[in-house]
Amino acid sequence: MKVAVLVFPGSNCDFDCVHAVEETMTDGAVERVWHTTEDLTGYDLIIVPGGFSYGDYLRSGAIARFAPVMNAVAKAAEAGVYVLGICNGFQILTEAGLLPGVLRRNTGMKFRCHSSMLRVARPDTAFTSEYKQDELINIPIAHGEGNYYCDDETLAKLQANGQIVFTYDDNPNGSLNDIAGIVNEKGNVLGMMPHPERAVSDLLGSSDGVRMFTSIMKAWRERHANVN
Amino acid sequence: MFKAKVYVTTKANVLDPQGAAVQRALHTMGYGAVEDVRIGKYLEFVLETNDRAQAEADLKKMCEQILSNPVVEDYRYELED
Repeated sequence: MKVAVLVFPGSNCDFDCVHAVEETMTDGAVERVWHTTEDLTGYDLIIVPGGFSYGDYLRSGAIARFAPVMNAVAKAAEAGVYVLGICNGFQILTEAGLLPGVLRRNTGMKFRCHSSMLRVARPDTAFTSEYKQDELINIPIAHGEGNYYCDDETLAKLQANGQIVFTYDDNPNGSLNDIAGIVNEKGNVLGMMPHPERAVSDLLGSSDGVRMFTSIMKAWRERHANVN
Repeated sequence: MFKAKVYVTTKANVLDPQGAAVQRALHTMGYGAVEDVRIGKYLEFVLETNDRAQAEADLKKMCEQILSNPVVEDYRYELED
């Protein structure tokens, strides 16, 4: 399984993502891919990592969304390749229109950086199959703009399609309906504000993020077993 | 050549945490009459063209594609000779 971790000027979680893939995905061959790359053919999972791409100028993710690599991400997403956007990656995916809604300034105006308990609302996605329904998992957050917002019509659609994958047990940022992570309609693009790549070792606080990566690996294996 | 001035504001029905924080500060300072503080962005730039219609069409596209996010923001612009 080939994994790309995108790197924009200002990304700062890319090495953590590479480390998490190397630690958790036994079939994973992972590469950091610079934002000027125009072709992502051959990758099975594209991770858009956290950080402050382009200094978060204008809006978080607004400038990164026009980086050359993002056309390739859209093409890959269309083709069914798994795309995982974490934190700034989630912001970039919403700006790019690959996921609905927008991440706004936290209601408390504070940059929140601490452990957070997430509820797994959908364990039946390619990203979450190793979790149980309504399981509480410990995944840290670190953001100033994680306040998920969308209009009523979009929210109704997210609910009807079961696209809300993670919710906060204790909402840290004012997110609509406690939303912490959502998936696209097709189920292959997931965006979340919390950092599963920072939760792959009990020694560092939590290993609850491991199963996100093993879930993706399992989904990829199953898909390939079907093809062959 | 035209000078473009673009104003990006938070939509009226969307909470603006920055504006709310500034409003609280103003109240603390004794300016109790202040209500509905909203914080937006102001951009200005020059468009090197003599075609006003084209400049305006481009400006509109820029506002919709990148300068504002239509989910939570409104924009307006002025185009000066």
